[in-house]
Amino acid sequence: MSHAVQSASLSALKMVPDRYPRLFLLIAALLWGVIYANLAGGAAALTALLPVDQQSHLAGSLQFLIYEAPKVLMLLTAVVMVMGMINSWFTPERTRSLLAGKREGVGNIMAALLGIVTPFCSCSAVPLFIGFVQAGVPLGITFSFLVAAPMVNEVALTLLFALVGWKVALLYLGLGLSIAIVAGWVIGRLKMEAYLEDWVRDMAKVDPAVKTVSINMADRLHAGFNAVKEIVGRVWLYVVIGVAIGAGIHGYVPQDYMAGLMGKDAAWWSVPAAILIGVPMYSNAAGIIPVVEALLAKGAALGTVLAFMMSVIALSFPEMVILRKVLKMRLIAVFVGVVAGGILTVGLIFNLLL
Amino acid sequence: MKEIKVLGSGCNSCRKTMEMIAAAAEEKNVKIVLEKVEDMQAIISYGVMSTPGIVVDGEVVHAGGLPSRKEIDLWLSQ
Repeated sequence: MSHAVQSASLSALKMVPDRYPRLFLLIAALLWGVIYANLAGGAAALTALLPVDQQSHLAGSLQFLIYEAPKVLMLLTAVVMVMGMINSWFTPERTRSLLAGKREGVGNIMAALLGIVTPFCSCSAVPLFIGFVQAGVPLGITFSFLVAAPMVNEVALTLLFALVGWKVALLYLGLGLSIAIVAGWVIGRLKMEAYLEDWVRDMAKVDPAVKTVSINMADRLHAGFNAVKEIVGRVWLYVVIGVAIGAGIHGYVPQDYMAGLMGKDAAWWSVPAAILIGVPMYSNAAGIIPVVEALLAKGAALGTVLAFMMSVIALSFPEMVILRKVLKMRLIAVFVGVVAGGILTVGLIFNLLL
Repeated sequence: MKEIKVLGSGCNSCRKTMEMIAAAAEEKNVKIVLEKVEDMQAIISYGVMSTPGIVVDGEVVHAGGLPSRKEIDLWLSQ
């Protein structure tokens, strides 16, 4: 009897997101807030229960880890959930119809901004590229999108915010968008349409109008759940490793270990070198940010580290191999050159100013 | 007999999509011909902009991200 009641109430509970999506969101947000606000106290209480010397460095590191890892994961979950719901609005098709026939300049800015909110996976780069070109989105504007989409995304920004600080996160946002806008604009000015592969140029044009599929709140909620499952499921380990680096190594490796190699007073070529090292490395934002955090903590200069991070995420060999199917060598070279130039400028200016 | 094609260029979620569909069909005892389309021009000819795309009997039913088990069951039972 009680078992039947239990399973009945359990299945009733499972219906809540479907039947009352707004109510579910409200309750989830409240719960989230309460837990988040009590994380520090909880971590301290939990550490006090551990059989280690409470004054030791170890206890301090453990408390940091117990507090910081759930904090970052909770922030990431919330942001990914909300972005997953927003993403369900900005499908690639809708973004394409917003950008089709836009003028250069305004179009580049819009494309870079849409790159943040449109779901993007580098394995879809080619179909997306073709879809844009086919619908009459100018080449330069397509490139603005293609640069911004992988580089400026919610996971990179949340992790930078949580692990390094909001100033660096904002800088990254602004600079990433600027590089995408300027690089796309330059490529558009260069009139490189001739360097698309022939079959791409000869493709039939398609109408950019979108079929409107109505999605209700419950569907958006499920889109959010899926995003959390897919993204947080993939990156949580990187996050824990990143926090563990922060908790452990900071105390043990000499503070200025990296300063000579990548610090402010290092040679000017440390920025281009960081970019060159970054290109063959293929990683997403989540994988690279623990490294960024460790480099910064060890005295590497911010400009050099940002340049490294951007080159790892925005320029990768596998993506170029895929893009080769639709672009001729010359256009790929220009694409890499312009984006690398933008990243280089950002890195050098930063190191000069800060 | 259903003809199901998964459009995608060898990314992780494309492989997982293949496995999910194969497993669901076996479980429900539905006979299918499952094919992976990796050629870029062929993928684009279906008009999808994000992969994995799924084509059931010539009609695109899904594009971008993993499909849910519920959706797969629906395509198999139609």
